[in-house]
Amino acid sequence: MVEGWFGGEGDAFRLLGTRCSACAAVFFPREDVHCRNPRCAGGELVEVPLSRRGRVWSYTDGRYRPPSPYVTDPELPWEPYALIAVELAAERLVVLGQGVPGLGVADLAVGMEVEVVPGVLHEDAETVWTTWQWRPTTGVRS
Amino acid sequence: MTGEVAVLGAGMHPWGKWGRSFVEYGATAARAALADAGLEWREVGSIVGADTVRGGYPGYVAGATFAKALGWQGTRVTSVYAACASGAQAVNTARAQILSGLADVVLVVGADAAPKGFFRPAGGDRPDDPDWLRFRVLGATNPTYFGLYARRRIAVHGDTLEDFAQVKVKNSAMGALNPYARYRKRVTGEEVAASAVVADPLRLLDICATSDGGAALVLSSMEFARRHGVAEPVRIRAVSTVTPRYPNTVLDLPDIATDSAVAVEPAARTFRESIAGAAYEEAGIGPEDLSLAEVYDLSTALELQWYEDLGLCGAGEGAKLLREGATSLDGRIPVNPSGGLASFGEAVPAQAIAQVCELTWQLRGAAGDRQVAGARVGITANQGLFGHGSAVIAVR
Ligand SMILES: [Zn+2]
Repeated sequence: MVEGWFGGEGDAFRLLGTRCSACAAVFFPREDVHCRNPRCAGGELVEVPLSRRGRVWSYTDGRYRPPSPYVTDPELPWEPYALIAVELAAERLVVLGQGVPGLGVADLAVGMEVEVVPGVLHEDAETVWTTWQWRPTTGVRS
Repeated sequence: MTGEVAVLGAGMHPWGKWGRSFVEYGATAARAALADAGLEWREVGSIVGADTVRGGYPGYVAGATFAKALGWQGTRVTSVYAACASGAQAVNTARAQILSGLADVVLVVGADAAPKGFFRPAGGDRPDDPDWLRFRVLGATNPTYFGLYARRRIAVHGDTLEDFAQVKVKNSAMGALNPYARYRKRVTGEEVAASAVVADPLRLLDICATSDGGAALVLSSMEFARRHGVAEPVRIRAVSTVTPRYPNTVLDLPDIATDSAVAVEPAARTFRESIAGAAYEEAGIGPEDLSLAEVYDLSTALELQWYEDLGLCGAGEGAKLLREGATSLDGRIPVNPSGGLASFGEAVPAQAIAQVCELTWQLRGAAGDRQVAGARVGITANQGLFGHGSAVIAVR
């Protein structure tokens, strides 16, 4: 569904972006057609892994079931999950992602360090849709 | 400065969940604006419709849809889409036609019949569409982003939930005085605090609803207005339609990430600041000249952000301005005397036009119980999904 946005196993799991070889601009989600820096004539766009760790820029949650195309089982009660916007210092960008299961807004603070880990967005009998999630590097859950 | 156009007429269909077609709302608003202008539809040389993406196929061709409802008469027709900025782009299109001499009088119409619940993308699998992706990959609704902005303000500026609630208290008090508003009941801080959390830290009464509604304006050249016997009309002096500048470093609906600032330093002004800035520069005025502002209060916390982005106060001082009462009806710079989205709810293509309707009535001194005393200059501010700026400055 989001081909090439993340990859790697275990501790090597990373978000994947692209970098313009002419101006060094970084793009996430990946930009594979043209560099979007208006001052750049355009260079080759090369895949780059993003920093594994960042700091919480802000966070929230969704207390009501989101509409389609988010996939949920309407038979099950809605369990809110945290949504966390994370600032990556080296790339100077902010990436939104879900928190790991069980992580709530009470466990979070702006400025807290988090790391990217693989997670499951949704699964049915045939398919498991994987995604990236943010997990605090210290504290609530190991 | 590119010259001014006259606002001859303003009209609305009341906001609410009426369960009728957007065509009916738009045609009702259009007829009200024409009557207000003292003009017959047959005298109008051009119609500009702001598109809705709901209501099926006709919504994409709003100009012609409204023209048909009012009666085909061979007029010049335009339809524009810019998400929440559609109404401002419709006003801008009408202005450009008038200033270029393509038309003397233009009817601008926007209307919507909103679905219940969260806004959501159109159907189908579209993994190349950022709006579709944020729902599919993250379940990130619009309130998700409002919650992120609100939490960030708490962390950086020390805003409190009570500050946010007081925006709703203020806007509902003014909306209670507006016959076109959907919600006409004053809300207390306790009621906001008792409402359910939607996206932490924001509650149901911090977040604007979706609504049906319609709004319309009749714009003309200054010469036509004089010939028509209106010597001193409300005038539109600026329309800002700017895009962001790369890198856009504030996480914006519907994006999953910001631009990176690695290759290029961000501009001194954020996108929202630049929307107002472009309008001020075009009008040749500054925030100190304003009598009132109508801003897009999608959430209570976002209204405080607009105070700063409009230059009504310094960065981080939005809550202080509110606490001082400066943005109340009898304050130094009333914000959302119409009641804002807090009282209206979102009817996407109509709302930016409705904001200009409110400026028009305020600047005429015809806003009834919610009149801002001595109003001479007003600004609207709004932001359309996918990078559409929207601000209008009107003067009397
Ligand atoms: Zn480049």
